[in-house]
Amino acid sequence: MKDEVTREERVENLKGLGCSRKRVEDARFTQGKGNYVDDIKLDGMLFGDFVRSPYAHARIKSIDTAAALEVPGVLAVLTAADLEPLGLHWMPTLAGDKQMVLADGKVLFQGQEVAFVVAEDRYAAADGMEAVEVEYEELPVLVDPFEALKSDVVLREDLVAEDGSIPAGAHGPRKHANHIFTWEAGDKEPTEQVIVNAEVVAEESMYYHRTHPCPLETCGCVASMDKVNGKLTLWGTFQAPHAIRTVVSLISGIEEHNIRVISPDIGGGFGNKVGAYPGYVCSVVASIVTGKPVKWIEDRMDNLMTTAFARDYHMTGKISATKEGKITGLHCHVTADHGGFDACADPTKFPAGFMNICTGSYDIPTAYLEVDGVYTNKAPGGVSYRCSFRVTEAVYFIERMIEVLAIKLDMDAAELRRINFIRKEQFPYTAALGWEYDSGDYHTAWDKALKAVDYEGLRAEQAQRVEDFKAGKTRKLMGIGLSFFTEIVGAGPVKNCDILGLGMFDSCEIRIHPTGSAIARLGTISQGQGHATTFAQILASEIGLPADSITIEEGDTDTAPYGLGTYGSRSTPVAGAATAMAGRKIRAKAQMIAAYLLEVHDDDVEFDVDRFVVKGAPEKFKTMKEIAFAAYNQAIPGIEPGLEAVSYYDPPNMTYPFGAYVCVMDIDVDTGVTDIRRFYALDDCGTRINPMIIEGQVHGGLTEALAVALGQEIAYDDMGNVKTGTLMDFFLPTAWEVPNYETDYTVTPSPHHPIGAKGVGESPHVGGVPCFSNAVQDAFRAFGNTHTNMPHDHWRIWKTANELGLHD
Amino acid sequence: MSKKMHIKLKVNGKDEEFLAEPRELLIYTLRERLNITGPHIGCETSHCGACTVTINGKSVKSCTMFAAQADGAEVTTIEGIGGPDDLHPLQTAFKEHHGLQCGYCTPGMITRATKLLEENPNPTEEEIRFGMAGNICRCTGYQNIIKSIQAAAAEMNAAKEAAE
Repeated sequence: MKDEVTREERVENLKGLGCSRKRVEDARFTQGKGNYVDDIKLDGMLFGDFVRSPYAHARIKSIDTAAALEVPGVLAVLTAADLEPLGLHWMPTLAGDKQMVLADGKVLFQGQEVAFVVAEDRYAAADGMEAVEVEYEELPVLVDPFEALKSDVVLREDLVAEDGSIPAGAHGPRKHANHIFTWEAGDKEPTEQVIVNAEVVAEESMYYHRTHPCPLETCGCVASMDKVNGKLTLWGTFQAPHAIRTVVSLISGIEEHNIRVISPDIGGGFGNKVGAYPGYVCSVVASIVTGKPVKWIEDRMDNLMTTAFARDYHMTGKISATKEGKITGLHCHVTADHGGFDACADPTKFPAGFMNICTGSYDIPTAYLEVDGVYTNKAPGGVSYRCSFRVTEAVYFIERMIEVLAIKLDMDAAELRRINFIRKEQFPYTAALGWEYDSGDYHTAWDKALKAVDYEGLRAEQAQRVEDFKAGKTRKLMGIGLSFFTEIVGAGPVKNCDILGLGMFDSCEIRIHPTGSAIARLGTISQGQGHATTFAQILASEIGLPADSITIEEGDTDTAPYGLGTYGSRSTPVAGAATAMAGRKIRAKAQMIAAYLLEVHDDDVEFDVDRFVVKGAPEKFKTMKEIAFAAYNQAIPGIEPGLEAVSYYDPPNMTYPFGAYVCVMDIDVDTGVTDIRRFYALDDCGTRINPMIIEGQVHGGLTEALAVALGQEIAYDDMGNVKTGTLMDFFLPTAWEVPNYETDYTVTPSPHHPIGAKGVGESPHVGGVPCFSNAVQDAFRAFGNTHTNMPHDHWRIWKTANELGLHD
Repeated sequence: MSKKMHIKLKVNGKDEEFLAEPRELLIYTLRERLNITGPHIGCETSHCGACTVTINGKSVKSCTMFAAQADGAEVTTIEGIGGPDDLHPLQTAFKEHHGLQCGYCTPGMITRATKLLEENPNPTEEEIRFGMAGNICRCTGYQNIIKSIQAAAAEMNAAKEAAE
């Protein structure tokens, strides 16, 4: 058979790795045919909503639901008293703590769930909520973790023994009733010694404020208990559907095979949809109680005030160096505000996530990290908002410490970074706090970035601007923000990463159909990342069938193989690897079938793009399409019919994407208004699967970074009232505030990932936040500024300018 | 509960008539009563634009308008803008230029963009940014949304010129 198509064309036809393939998801989304959880409608479906606490700390004296039950359309009102006989008034958290599902005698944060009203529709539910009478007795409120550690006010009486002693928690001894854990990494004494004896030491305290992932779609679910068949179906905004199934089974006692969890289309997650929330539990109970499907959807205030805050780390650092700027040691202490319950979403053994990546991209010989978790009267959560576990905090810390050290040394911050980077030949590199970085070429990336923005030229322009400002010729300062980040993603190896005892592997199952198309199911779930597009590309390159002929399905626990879901940029590093490995199993069987069809030995054929060819005789071949058909219609001795494979992939290591970002910003010192003139982002995520999607992820991550750095926060007053509970106060940038970004890349494949990919979705957020923040701080460096806390909104920037005497 | 009102709407060219409480929000009418689930709820305070529809030729956030206020009006949602056989150039352009990720803001975004381009067929980047500032996207950083709208504008203008 003569092959008319060139090899190059055959590669192109696959739309495999490296192709900016258009997204297969977009047809339904652009035509309003997405299927999000709130679009689900079932016969007789009811609607549940929460009566929430107006107080941050109060004892509940009574709850009267009688009037509410009289409201037309209201069918049931659940309180802790109703859940207690089922053992469901509290639930385990992902962090080894427990959390009230409905207020059990007291409330610990404003907005806490007190009663669940179940009604025929949302309006009736709202009427019912109005009619629930709750009598509260206010208690002293603790919103400052440092105060909480000194206070006699006990937030969690359930965690204090009858004799007043403080039993150990899930992560070891506790120092105070409001203390949750102390977590350490590295060497304490040696680090302190190095710092005491150092030529130069820079110190800084910084607060990484509390914020929220705030996806455009809030959290929600529909629970439907089929009492006839004993099956519970739970649709919801779950970033980890299998984990939710296991959790629901463990806490409800319903056997896992009788629970089907489905994540339909998800309107953004960014970490918000990882945890298990009281709404899920109450919906399930309400469906069991009423015998009808029950829907629960947060409104925006519920979302911002209660589910899944991020950050809230008070960090104190010391960094030591030689006079020439070679870093010798790093010391970091964190006071972590976890709110009323420790519901942080971290792997079990890491109560402060991967904060111990805080030595960053630098060859720091000695380091020590200590984190104290603290209870306060704030909402629980502590999710990784567009980052791997606490990596944004770690990278912000080190990228600020580098700048502070540069000021102390009177050195250029770009040069200080350069002389301290881990060198290419040092990889795999074991950091002082324990992680083994897989691969990197930081100097090349840094030089490329600085050259692209004409760094020298920018500094000259900035110096001139300072002169002009001092001479009264301008009221605008210029900031050059730098950041070089190393992420740690792809959690993770089962040996050290689990959530509630579930190893953090992931999975892919492939079925090739007789006519040469396929379906692949994964344990992950896309929330906008385009998995249906990119995972098909990985497979196309592995198995030689066009991506357009491969359906990707995720999110249904009855059909997908078990996996730990999508967050922490783990989909490509873990499930992507499983996809490639399952593809290779398909290919191995296809090789045997091809050899049989071509009447040669298995070893005499080799894979070539979309076919197996006889070695040395490329005109003799069988295409994967032909092989697929043969798998179903030929009786091949010693080979089972069919062409299917499954792979569960336990990654040998994390992956370590990195990048170099530069932001150029003008700041009006009289108004505090910032104008981002330029943003250059170089990302190295290893092998690039779909450049179009990578760039889209970078744009989006940078915009979320801009939000956090320049204004977005969950702020509380002294009474524990949330001051930023609507989009009026909680900053989400619009098209008007956002600049155009320049994207660039280098490619340093991961040596341990089957296709060398590292993951990219979160890098721009992790690297972006310090870059925006450093730009603001850098603008004021010439006037004596060392550090100011985020968010750098106009008011805070104006205050900085004022305090530096720039308004005099 | 107060007395129900008699409301008539024309939604995507179809006449609808029903009784509703005065407090019923238009987004609720569309999504729950009429099963038109393209427009989404993101904030319920007019900030995010996920619920954007066109009412009598104007872009409106349907989460803060009562159905009763829309009585007698013509309403167009994403479902009325284009379907599999007659895609609007904006729908094509958003896919072509990666102007969406999770898709939740997309129906509102495209619906708003149709009006923007009607009002201003040749917008500058700045005019697009200003004209779309009522619609929040959490995923894309807007860069590719701007590109998509520019591409659709060019396509629509070329088609118009060809027709003339």
